Amino acid sequence: MSQPSASHVALNRRNFMTGTVSAAAAVPLLGSPAKTQEVTQSRARLREPVVTTLRINKQRHELSLDPRTSLLDALRDHAGLTGTKKGCDHGQCGACTVLVDGKRVLSCLSFAVMNDGKEVTTIEGLASSDGKLHPMQQAFIDHDAFQCGYCTPGQIMSAIGCVNEGHAESENDIREYMSGNICRCAAYPNIVAAVLQARGETRGA
Amino acid sequence: MRPFVYEQPTDISAAVALASNFTTRDDQPTRANAQFIAGGTNLADYMKLGVAEPNRLLDLNRLEEQKLRQIRVTEDGIRFGALVRMGEAADHREIKERYPVIAESLHLAASGQIRNMASLAGNVLQRTRCEYFRETSWACNKRMPGSGCAAMDGFNRQHAVLGGSTACIATYHGDFAQALIALDAVVLTEGSRGARKIPFAKLHRQPGDTPHIETDLAADEIITAIEVPALPWGRRSLYLKIRDRESYAFALASAAVALDLDGETVREARIALGGVATVPWRASAAEEVLQGKKLDDASAGAAADAAFAEAQPRQHNAFKIELGKRTLVRALLETRDMKV
Repeated sequence: MSQPSASHVALNRRNFMTGTVSAAAAVPLLGSPAKTQEVTQSRARLREPVVTTLRINKQRHELSLDPRTSLLDALRDHAGLTGTKKGCDHGQCGACTVLVDGKRVLSCLSFAVMNDGKEVTTIEGLASSDGKLHPMQQAFIDHDAFQCGYCTPGQIMSAIGCVNEGHAESENDIREYMSGNICRCAAYPNIVAAVLQARGETRGA
Repeated sequence: MRPFVYEQPTDISAAVALASNFTTRDDQPTRANAQFIAGGTNLADYMKLGVAEPNRLLDLNRLEEQKLRQIRVTEDGIRFGALVRMGEAADHREIKERYPVIAESLHLAASGQIRNMASLAGNVLQRTRCEYFRETSWACNKRMPGSGCAAMDGFNRQHAVLGGSTACIATYHGDFAQALIALDAVVLTEGSRGARKIPFAKLHRQPGDTPHIETDLAADEIITAIEVPALPWGRRSLYLKIRDRESYAFALASAAVALDLDGETVREARIALGGVATVPWRASAAEEVLQGKKLDDASAGAAADAAFAEAQPRQHNAFKIELGKRTLVRALLETRDMKV
């Protein structure tokens, strides 16, 4: 599991490209409770970074972000968590699926600043600290539910969301409610089998 | 993407005041400098593509009014708060039981992830996915007024056969809107010129000569709720959606149908069509054909013929007329046969 920026030591390509900042660079938070009058005379300016606090996999990350940054790019390029994948970047493939406050969403279609204060769970946050895989991860291995693996983090996060929503009652249910996750290797039958196996152990996980 | 300032108004009046401050009376909401965002599934996509270019984004998700997040089902009907997410409404037990056409129109739209994100008000305001609208290098009268329409003689398989003009044939792709227009829903708004109640059928505008004017809303006007009047016979209703693939695709043709039957005779029919028109489409002519008639293959076929009597196909989308008719016939007969 990746660690917050403070623990970055070695300079490698990934760290070099990572734009995480320390709290010292913070500017005042926007959107704190204010009277209408103050809000309409907002002092926010173009191109000014916005400090956004995300709880990612139970760790607090304070990121200074261009408001244009998607949640996906914030996770990958700023928090250094590259397990979440960028597929189409337009909400058509599901590869970027993460849980926000326990619900599965597409991180490519959400601006990171809109998620200030929220709890984000990515594929890196599933295994327990002793390395034991989440039942859904184990089920994907048991059923060979992937080939190239690029869509897999999104499939697994979506599958957990699907089960927790109560939409994994039958194979048809799973196929319908997992339809937002495209697998170009077409491992669909194995993905359905994996979700069926893990659903009992996943609820509430 | 064009840089923007991000704002989080904390109540409706603050959001309206902010929008008023940064827009003018003549601004179209989709072209204004300041624009509202809720789920973001449509707007974020179009900002990435350069189709939408607000320089100020007003995030409505922190508005403190709790009614914006509530669904109320009473004997008078349903009141959907504007910020309710599609998935929550689709799973709502009473709506599934009493208004299946609404629940199904939401359940069959988009994907699980998008339904968790997208707000109901944002969903009805979603913009077309016309390929020539999405890609900014093409001529498009909706995106750039007066530039022409590349779809007219282009690959127009997805395009509308009803409600088009010589300026635009882009399809309205939403599903929920078809259920709402069929059930005579009303949209509640608040803006700098006060609160309004807009009949759902008046919310969207057909393209005509001004396809860039998509709705009746002002740039500083927020939808706060969607109300659906009670329909005691709403249990006999369904949404049928026909697509290129089984799930997670826009409709090629769809039908929202609700029937009040006396035996097999139609007292009243409500019909709306999706995937085939430029705006949410109430098929009033088809409803009239069925009134007082026995609903069978022949009358359903006559209603479908009436629904598409004015259809105007282009090179690649003529199939939608036949497909749309068959979709409606099937939807009518399946609704008739529902056990309620």
